[in-house]
Amino acid sequence: MPSQAYHAPATVDEAVALLSGEPDARPLAGGTDLIVQMKSGRNAPDAIVDLKHIAALSGVHRNGDGFAIGAATACTALKNDAALAAAWPGVVEAANLIGSVQVRNRATMGGNLCNASPAADAVPALVAAGATCLIAGPAGEREVPVEQIPIGPGHTSLAPGEFVVEIRLPGQVAGGGDAYLRSIPRTEMDIAVVGAGVNLVLDGSGTCTAARVSIGAVAPTVLLVEDAAAALIGSKLDDAALDAMGKAVSAACNPIDDKRGTKKYRIAMVAVLARRTALIARERAGAAS
Amino acid sequence: MNAPESKRAFRYVGTRPVRPDGVEKVTGKAIYGPDYQAANMLHGAILRSPHAHARVRSIDTKKAEALTGVKAVVTGADFPTTEHIIMAVGESSSDLVHLSRNCMAQDKVLYDGHAVAAVAATSDEIAREALDLIEVDYEVLPHVLGIEEALADDAPVLHDDVFTKGVNPTPDKPSNAAMRVEMGKGDPEKAMADADVTVSGRYTCEAVHQGYIEPHACVSAWDSDGQVRIWASSQGHFAVRSLTAKILLISEADIRVTPLEIGGGFGGKTTIYLEPVATLLSKKSGRPVRLAMSRAEVFRASGPAPGAVIDITMGANKDGMITAVDMEFKYHAGAYPAITAHSGASSALSHYTIENSRVIGWEVLCNRPGTKAYRAPGAPQSIYAVECALDEIAEKLGMDKIEIRLKNAARPGDPNIMGIPQGEIGYVECLEAARDHPHWSAPLGPNQGRGIAGGAWGNYGGPSTAQVSIAEDGTVLVTTGSPDIGGSRAAMAMMAAETLQVPYEKVRVAIADTSSIGYSMVTGGSRTTFATGLAVTNASNEIIENLKGRAANIWEVNASEVAWGEEGAVCLAEGKTDETMSLAALAARTTFMVGAIGAESSVNPGGFLPGVGVHICDTEVDPETGHAKVVRYTAIQDVGQPIHPDYVEGQMQGGAVQGIGWALNEAYLYNDKGCLDNPGFLDYRMPVASDVPMIDTVMVEKFNPGHPYGIKGVGEVPIVPPLGAVACSVSEAAGVRMRDLPLTPDRVHEAMHPDD
Amino acid sequence: MSKIHVTTTINGDESEFLCTPGETLLDALRNRLGLTGSKEGCGSGDCGACTVVMDGQMVCSCLVLAAEAQGTTIDTVEGVAEGSELHPVQQKFLERGALQCGFCTPGFIVASKALLDHNPDPSETEIRYWLAGNLCRCTGYDKIVRAVQDAAAELRQERTPA
Repeated sequence: MPSQAYHAPATVDEAVALLSGEPDARPLAGGTDLIVQMKSGRNAPDAIVDLKHIAALSGVHRNGDGFAIGAATACTALKNDAALAAAWPGVVEAANLIGSVQVRNRATMGGNLCNASPAADAVPALVAAGATCLIAGPAGEREVPVEQIPIGPGHTSLAPGEFVVEIRLPGQVAGGGDAYLRSIPRTEMDIAVVGAGVNLVLDGSGTCTAARVSIGAVAPTVLLVEDAAAALIGSKLDDAALDAMGKAVSAACNPIDDKRGTKKYRIAMVAVLARRTALIARERAGAAS
Repeated sequence: MNAPESKRAFRYVGTRPVRPDGVEKVTGKAIYGPDYQAANMLHGAILRSPHAHARVRSIDTKKAEALTGVKAVVTGADFPTTEHIIMAVGESSSDLVHLSRNCMAQDKVLYDGHAVAAVAATSDEIAREALDLIEVDYEVLPHVLGIEEALADDAPVLHDDVFTKGVNPTPDKPSNAAMRVEMGKGDPEKAMADADVTVSGRYTCEAVHQGYIEPHACVSAWDSDGQVRIWASSQGHFAVRSLTAKILLISEADIRVTPLEIGGGFGGKTTIYLEPVATLLSKKSGRPVRLAMSRAEVFRASGPAPGAVIDITMGANKDGMITAVDMEFKYHAGAYPAITAHSGASSALSHYTIENSRVIGWEVLCNRPGTKAYRAPGAPQSIYAVECALDEIAEKLGMDKIEIRLKNAARPGDPNIMGIPQGEIGYVECLEAARDHPHWSAPLGPNQGRGIAGGAWGNYGGPSTAQVSIAEDGTVLVTTGSPDIGGSRAAMAMMAAETLQVPYEKVRVAIADTSSIGYSMVTGGSRTTFATGLAVTNASNEIIENLKGRAANIWEVNASEVAWGEEGAVCLAEGKTDETMSLAALAARTTFMVGAIGAESSVNPGGFLPGVGVHICDTEVDPETGHAKVVRYTAIQDVGQPIHPDYVEGQMQGGAVQGIGWALNEAYLYNDKGCLDNPGFLDYRMPVASDVPMIDTVMVEKFNPGHPYGIKGVGEVPIVPPLGAVACSVSEAAGVRMRDLPLTPDRVHEAMHPDD
Repeated sequence: MSKIHVTTTINGDESEFLCTPGETLLDALRNRLGLTGSKEGCGSGDCGACTVVMDGQMVCSCLVLAAEAQGTTIDTVEGVAEGSELHPVQQKFLERGALQCGFCTPGFIVASKALLDHNPDPSETEIRYWLAGNLCRCTGYDKIVRAVQDAAAELRQERTPA
């Protein structure tokens, strides 16, 4: 597997310098996508910049009411953080659907996001949760919503030399709840055929006052579907509202036929999954209100 | 349960001791194909075609040869011209020219992944870098992947020298129809017309891979005196020797193949892909060369089992007696002619006695890797259609699905499709065991369905050699030529211990290289425990006779006055009946008295019997998503006398789960350029541990009178029933008949919601 | 290209090797250190035959660069037995006939031990999901799951004070 150099910088600045200095340097977090791509020849970086030795990129931290997840933090560590798992169970479950236990002990949120697969499991949950990410680069730091990172399969909006430092989640509000579900042919080890993340807030009467609905593997990027959220807001997630949400997500998606599923199946499934996801989110929101 | 009436009393046979090679396998010490290293070894790599079908105009290897660290480059031009002779390959056979060209393409590449050149270099990295420097000029040709498409008049024809075999007269135009086979009896047309009920349908299934976890690998070392040593993991190192020798035109005695531990085969390692290439690279470089496939290479360039299109019509009278079957199936051959259709046809109806039948099978060439054996090769596909048709007949008649099978089950003495009487097969006993099993009468939950299907496989005997010798301390050494792919060392040790009446722990088993023991056919065809076990038993018996003779000499009695038992030699002669002499005592005299104690037996036994089984499968289908999950599974099989029941059950469980994978998710998927789209475990989707429940097993022990330990081959049958059992179960759960495998969620969903 | 010098602790022993920047930990273990117990079934993290424990977490060594092992502690199948004393997971695999060809077995042994180190009483479902990253094509998983259940029971008994 060719690569000319391996670097393990200890600071963000060093990493920025290495990534902007080498013509074809690639950041390495968990490596569960990059190393596979290097082996298959799809990716042949001149240099690898391992981000796992930078303190800012490791671990789950409190960030005001919310959380900052170091971009190179392994999925398993999310599950082990009780506060995060209580506040954002959908995000934590999504991250812990990726691959196997072995893979989740390496795979990271930053990697899952920046690999820019439309089928990335963690991303719809993050988008639904309203996550942002802190980006470091030659021009300094910037913070953008997660959904702005992937721009197409394998492509991100990151400029040369930029990388994601942390993913920021707000605090979950009273009456809020999130969930993520995906559909795969087997029970484990597959890439999502369809994924759906829902985050919503219920008032004391059980009426939905805010919602974000995100879908994966049904378009070139993960989508935030505002029409779907609108269908839920103001309702008590009765059948009519859920049907309207289902229609909205089916209408929003633009999938392909591929080895993992047909276009027709994906359009039908996204409505089913979004509905099931919304019901789990409602239950969690109800429990939290 | 289901003990036969004539259950023999054995001391070791039928028990569950720890296998002799177990510790080295749980500690990581066992040396498998990719683990072996020779001193001064080079690393080989193979350049493979990116096209499904192309003419190779030229290959320029100059730049690769010039790369520092590259020691040899080989192309098809380095392969000697061989003759069109038919070679035995495992249970099957192939044309030598095709075998050679599959190892390395010559004029044409016939599938994505077909080897076109190979390099040996001082490191794996350099070898791979060199592959990028080889320039191949391809003229891309139209390709064909599907069975029906390959038979179309305007289909691209893969070989201009293949004329359909089995058709009279032989066609004068080459085509992709490599072979037609027909079997049958009675008058199926008339019987069908007279039938009270008939069902008709087209069933399909996809090509699937054996999915062994160990990729193919070997090391070959050619010396300047023409002697070749090969270390390989395979199901048969004698086959590696003979095929390599014939392809490279060297004598078999000049090749010594040492078997390494084998990491799964299921039929797929009964042939060769790498050994001739590694040998030529070694000849050119003068150093040992290792070749090892990546997982993608295994999927793209080793031999899967054929997919199939099967049309079947079945007729029955109103009592449920099947009166007629008319079926025609077409199997993928892949890039080269195969003969799987033969066993597909002979197996299809072999577990039923049906008066009127016609079974037609075709082998169809297409731009996929050449198909190879996979556990009961040819039987799962054709029997899948038969079992589903039977299910449909039972449904039409409102009959119990076990009762209808019992009514038609082949019984010992019944004539099979070729008119030959059935031996002591236990299909009826399996069906009765299924009927009596709590699974069959357990209530089903919502969205659940239950399927049942039977299946059979002819099994085999075949040549095997074994040596048994007694060490000077009386411990026992068993040596065979049969690679141990799933615990057969334990079975050999147990049969030797049983025969010699020595403790199991006193027996050790080795598998010898091709220069150290006589010929043994591949480990495959469910033959090893049966045939190699017979050789071990025979050699052990010969040793007993020898030892009795030795004791007789010591006691100065006739050998006929000596018996053999747990205590060793026992004197029966009058006045000396207290005399006994242990094996250890007799062996102790080896060094200074009468010489070594050893015997060799080479066998090629008849007496093998078909294996039959019945599987019950419960699935639960999510009506909104089409996901089918196996929630309960029971495998019932006539296993003859199990030698080591753990490994018999293991065959049943492993085969069942492979069949579940075939039925639910596994498939070779191609893109529109004819390239394999899922050459990895991620998207090939074999069952993982969380996909399946415990696989309950019932061993029906119907002793085989043709073997001293009553053995029937058990390895292959278990993959036959699952396709039908799963399909019928999902059909019931989904409320719609599913005829196309695999039953992926999108397919089941589509069938359940046709109007969406 | 220059090689990277890596120092790591493998099965309790300090160990060092040179590797290339793109080399995987699996390749270094197998080819540079002679630890061929970890197997390569896929090279893409889909089969688990190369499972090792790195700093207490089980990982696919084919998805870790050898250079990343610097300063870490690695436990491979070769270190599961204590000297010649088999670990209960290994013993139960033998007693249950939980291996046929044995090629996937090292990965299953390492993964099963990791499970029991972290969950002494897993349910059948927990065992099956934990082991979903380890492919076995021979056994259909039945006897593997039972061996892990047996090993768990034995380990619980060992841990219970008499």
